[in-house]
Amino acid sequence: MGLEPQFETVYKRPDTFTPTTTHYCPGCTHGIAHRLVAEVLEEMDLQEKTIGVASVGCSVFAYKYFDCDFVEAAHGRAPAMATGIKRVLPDRIVFTYQGDGDLASIGMAEIVHSTARGENITAIFVNNANYGMTGGQMAPTTLPGQKTTSSPAGRDIEDTGYPIRTAEMLATLDGAGYIVRRSLHDPKNIRKAKKAIRLAFETQERGLGFSMVELLSTCPTNWGMNPVQSLQWIEERMIPYFPLEDFKVSPNLSQVRV
Amino acid sequence: MAKELLKGNEAIAEAAVRSGLEAYFGYPITPQTELLEWLSVRMPELGRTFMQAESELAAINMVYGAACTGARVMTSSSSPGISLMMEGISYIAGTELPVVLVDVMRAGPGLGNIAPAQGDYNQIVHGGGHGDFRPIVLAPASVQESIDLTGEAFKLADKYRAIVVVLIDGSIGQMMEPAELPPMQQVDRQRPNWAVTGAKDRDRRILSSIYIDPENEEQTNFRLLERWNQIEANEIRYKEYYLDDAEIVVVGFGTSGRVALSAVRAARAEGIPVGLLRPISVSPFPYARLKQLSEQACGMLVVEMNSGQMLHDVQTAVGGKIPVEFYGRMGGVIPLPDEILEQISRLCYEPVAPSANPRESWMDRMDLAKN
Ligand SMILES: Cc1ncc(C[n+]2csc(CCOP(=O)(O)OP(=O)(O)O)c2C)c(N)n1
Repeated sequence: MGLEPQFETVYKRPDTFTPTTTHYCPGCTHGIAHRLVAEVLEEMDLQEKTIGVASVGCSVFAYKYFDCDFVEAAHGRAPAMATGIKRVLPDRIVFTYQGDGDLASIGMAEIVHSTARGENITAIFVNNANYGMTGGQMAPTTLPGQKTTSSPAGRDIEDTGYPIRTAEMLATLDGAGYIVRRSLHDPKNIRKAKKAIRLAFETQERGLGFSMVELLSTCPTNWGMNPVQSLQWIEERMIPYFPLEDFKVSPNLSQVRV
Repeated sequence: MAKELLKGNEAIAEAAVRSGLEAYFGYPITPQTELLEWLSVRMPELGRTFMQAESELAAINMVYGAACTGARVMTSSSSPGISLMMEGISYIAGTELPVVLVDVMRAGPGLGNIAPAQGDYNQIVHGGGHGDFRPIVLAPASVQESIDLTGEAFKLADKYRAIVVVLIDGSIGQMMEPAELPPMQQVDRQRPNWAVTGAKDRDRRILSSIYIDPENEEQTNFRLLERWNQIEANEIRYKEYYLDDAEIVVVGFGTSGRVALSAVRAARAEGIPVGLLRPISVSPFPYARLKQLSEQACGMLVVEMNSGQMLHDVQTAVGGKIPVEFYGRMGGVIPLPDEILEQISRLCYEPVAPSANPRESWMDRMDLAKN
């Protein structure tokens, strides 16, 4: 006694996170988004009442990493599936985890109507400006001029139109309780992202309607950059188009301190 | 319980309620809409879940989610909406979940019209979305049978963790007949041991249709197939009329089977030795019974409200042993008993060669009838 060095635990793997190796590419921020969600589930003691809905995209195996009940939806349909679960089990916490192709292209109808209904679910929306899993094709979030495998000369807005600012659009709907955009490109922004994820789940716990956190995320493999360049690309290219703001915050959240 | 005058769609809806339906998700489409409307009143008043989804695509995926919780769930639609549901049907089959689906068929392809038809036979019986599986499909021919088979559908869905389709056409959905409803069954909120409900005091559960390793997917395909073999062994249902001494066998399901019965009765009155086999489970299909009948009869007549879809299943069962003839009406036209009687008489008095192509000769005859 007294001879043992005393160590303070400054970080540990949350119990809501399974001890598995990641399948994500080096430098991809999906893993950070996963960890933040897992930390929030643990801090709010939600593990035993949470049902996750994985989507189709790089995060198709999200259910491997979260130590809670999970289902796997068809491409774009996670909000519909989450609706089915939540309507039958209204006292459980139900969240979807979706990419930008999944949520803002093939699943746009499902996310819009879930928001409009004020469906009491939470969507974690990972915007990496392309279709990661299928090898980097153009997504509805691909920036003007951005090269992808299906817009090899750069996205031509004359031909393919403009990127969709999904969070802004959904925030116009009355059913939205909490809709914000955050970024995962540096520690300060990661901390802000975590706070937002916490508030999104608080929104659901309090029955305040639909909640979504859009997270700007890297895709070094498909962007053809190294991890550090990718983080810079978010800051320099994505944030000017996709501002990091609160688009809808239910007034009832003002008492919540996180 | 006493008989009441009930409309097909509403009778099915109420039968589902009384079978302990916990959640319904649907979208309006004629000639199915009364089913959705009925449940929009009944489900909330009983504290159960009703929801009008933004599309059939969303509805079936809501059903998919709700089914994952082990709840007793159902959706309903009509042909164009069923096309949109194909994605979810396949995922539900791949995740091995109990779900009941009602298809009140209308004419097509495309938007077609809202009149009764049986053109979804292939899409449902031989289809049901991508991948390798078979749905159970029950085809009632009256309001009473629709009620009874709705209850049966939920039991089969639970027993085999499978999707069960109640396949009717718009005329059964829309018509009113005296029928008796079953007694009320409360919702069973006990969850089966595979359901996702939140991992409280147990290990977590994952429900998915993904098997990324081909060996595992193949194992799953085999598991589904083994279950299907049990279904084929135990769940074949059909009704027979006047078949004991029949030399001509008419085969028809749902409304066309029902109209054919009137024709068979009229033919019997004329002394023609004809009977009717009405498949009730069109999937699993009564191949064995039809094969037996092909040993006793000298000809078969398949009647459908399409261009000959079940026809091929009958031909498979008969294996070319005796001639199989076809008579169909399409586009929302219901065949009249007299039209079918004419076909029965022709088959009796002018036997055809087993090699004749039933669809071609039917088209020739339809042409003649027009001129
Ligand atoms: C119905 C359907 N269409 C297409 C696909 C192929 N697919 C799989 S993942 C994907 C794109 C996913 O991109 P995104 O949602 O942006 O997620 P990311 O992989 O970038 O994380 C596509 C098109 C599919 N699985 N299902």
